[in-house]
Amino acid sequence: MAIEKIHTENMFLHYGSKMALNNISISIPEKKITAFIGPSGCGKSTFLRSLNRMNDLIDGVKIEGNIFIDHINIYDKNIDVVTLRKKVGMVFQKSNPFAKSIFENVAYGPRINGIKDKNQLGEIVETALKNAAIWDEVKDRLGDSALGLSGGQQQRLCIARTLAVNPEIVLMDEPASALDPLSTSKIEELIVGLKEKYTIVIVTHNMQQAARISDLTAFFYLGELIEFDKTKKIFTNPEKKQTEDYITGRFG
Amino acid sequence: MTKKTKKEKRPEPSNSGLIDITRKKFRWSDYLAEKVIKGTAFLSITIIVLIFVFVFRESVPIFSSAKPVEKTETSAGAQPEQETYGEVTDKQVDPEVQETYGEVTDQPAAPEVQETYGEVTDNSEESGSTDESYTVSAGSGHDDNQTALKSLLTKDWVPVSEKPRYGILALIVGTFKITFISILFAAPLAILAALYTASFASRRVKEIIKPTIELLAGFPSVVIGFFALMVLASFLQDVFHYDTRLNSFVGGIAMGIAAIPIIFTITEDALTAVPKSFYEASLALGASKWQTAFFVILPAATPGIFAAVLLGIGRVFGETMIALMATGNAAQMGLNPFESVRTLAATIGAEMAEVVFGDTHYNVLFLIGSLLFIFTFVINAIAEFYVKGKLMKRIQGK
Repeated sequence: MAIEKIHTENMFLHYGSKMALNNISISIPEKKITAFIGPSGCGKSTFLRSLNRMNDLIDGVKIEGNIFIDHINIYDKNIDVVTLRKKVGMVFQKSNPFAKSIFENVAYGPRINGIKDKNQLGEIVETALKNAAIWDEVKDRLGDSALGLSGGQQQRLCIARTLAVNPEIVLMDEPASALDPLSTSKIEELIVGLKEKYTIVIVTHNMQQAARISDLTAFFYLGELIEFDKTKKIFTNPEKKQTEDYITGRFG
Repeated sequence: MTKKTKKEKRPEPSNSGLIDITRKKFRWSDYLAEKVIKGTAFLSITIIVLIFVFVFRESVPIFSSAKPVEKTETSAGAQPEQETYGEVTDKQVDPEVQETYGEVTDQPAAPEVQETYGEVTDNSEESGSTDESYTVSAGSGHDDNQTALKSLLTKDWVPVSEKPRYGILALIVGTFKITFISILFAAPLAILAALYTASFASRRVKEIIKPTIELLAGFPSVVIGFFALMVLASFLQDVFHYDTRLNSFVGGIAMGIAAIPIIFTITEDALTAVPKSFYEASLALGASKWQTAFFVILPAATPGIFAAVLLGIGRVFGETMIALMATGNAAQMGLNPFESVRTLAATIGAEMAEVVFGDTHYNVLFLIGSLLFIFTFVINAIAEFYVKGKLMKRIQGK
């Protein structure tokens, strides 16, 4: 297995009194695509969001246990959450471009990091848009509002926006669930292309998608990590009965 | 009865059991509710239109002077005769006697007695003549109105004098000046307070702040005016050391206090309406809270904030009581914020109750009312069309 990037040990998460994650221990390798699958409410998105501490925004969330990224505990008191989120970017389920122009959307991240030089910003934006495979579609209208793009384009723009900050890990929370098959395949291609540079963790409801693009797959059920292994193994020869039942569609 | 038989008959051909959707039903309650709502809407619009028509109609006489007397002297401009009233014009008047009323002209008036209305009555007649002379001027409307019309765009507002001048320019400038000052004071405060409440405050703090400030919106303006008059004016004078105690600065601040709750509430609503996904996206990019608030939330809420500020302007523009109490009420044109001003609304408020019905002064006050109406209408129209049209398009790219 490749170098370990994310590592959790006996992690628990409570929403108020309700336990959402129960004793999660997982080791996610660098520069691979790791997919989280499982039925709704199984905690996979919650777990994803705790990897860049987006759960901090929700009232009543309590986390026990440790999450290490590059062997540093991100729930340590001395951790700067803002910098952590630069390191661990996130793409959301619903595309959420800002009410700004296409250019400004992508330039926002670098800009808040203090890059003011216009040429440099232009380069970053172009690279990010190219990496997100949307450059050719928008290069002539960078000044237009991002909200005028189609759903699939908006989602790729959001990916570009995340890439522009130059993170090491990209978390994706069902990035293609609201898109049509054509846009979905574009996003999938894009994600596969991204693993050269980034560690990608993706939550998906679509098992075919997980099978198509991921290197590793983790199956969550009722807040527990049931099985985590190479995607091929999970989909062809799962160890646990629950995994098999879910994958074959017996429940879920 | 026929209906019932129909109902029973209908389903038969379609082989019973199925719900018949082919027969349109007339729903009385729906119909009535619709009509009542529609009627109410139109009634309120009609009332507003009628008010405007009334206000404007009362101001029309000023413009409707059909110019029956084509005076060559008048066109020449500087002739003294132009200011005389009633039958006086027919007589050859001594150039010195410029601004006397009615019978007063019969007496050789001293040149000095020009603008001192009170003294004239003392000199010439009993105090009862005041009304008489007014009646005369009101009766011989055209000349009066012409002079009023001519003086309309000057800066002298001297409606009660021997030679009344109705220059509303100073009033307009004063109104705009005070509006500008108060919005300059209120908008940043209200917007920042709203930004704090919407993006930074914890839920409990928010639950206290918002209703508290909204409660201020219902604060009687006379109380704010009183506060400005008694407390604020002295305090600000102590701090800034200007000469006039009551001036547009004090008035502007006081009116700003009245406008803050409105701007705050609507801005806060606009900021809260910004999708939470924007907030999350920005934080996920490694932006701090304040960066998110300033560069994402605030710009996204611009149309709402713009509307909020315009509503605040509307509030200040028509504010009467505070203007009356705290601005000094001197019609001056200057741009110095520490000078007293007189606003359009305050002028109506102060003078309408004492004006003679049908008099030129009365008409001019209604003209001012129309102006206020039109300005407010324009402001609201800008809010409506600019915000909903252009600004939304620019921001949402539709």
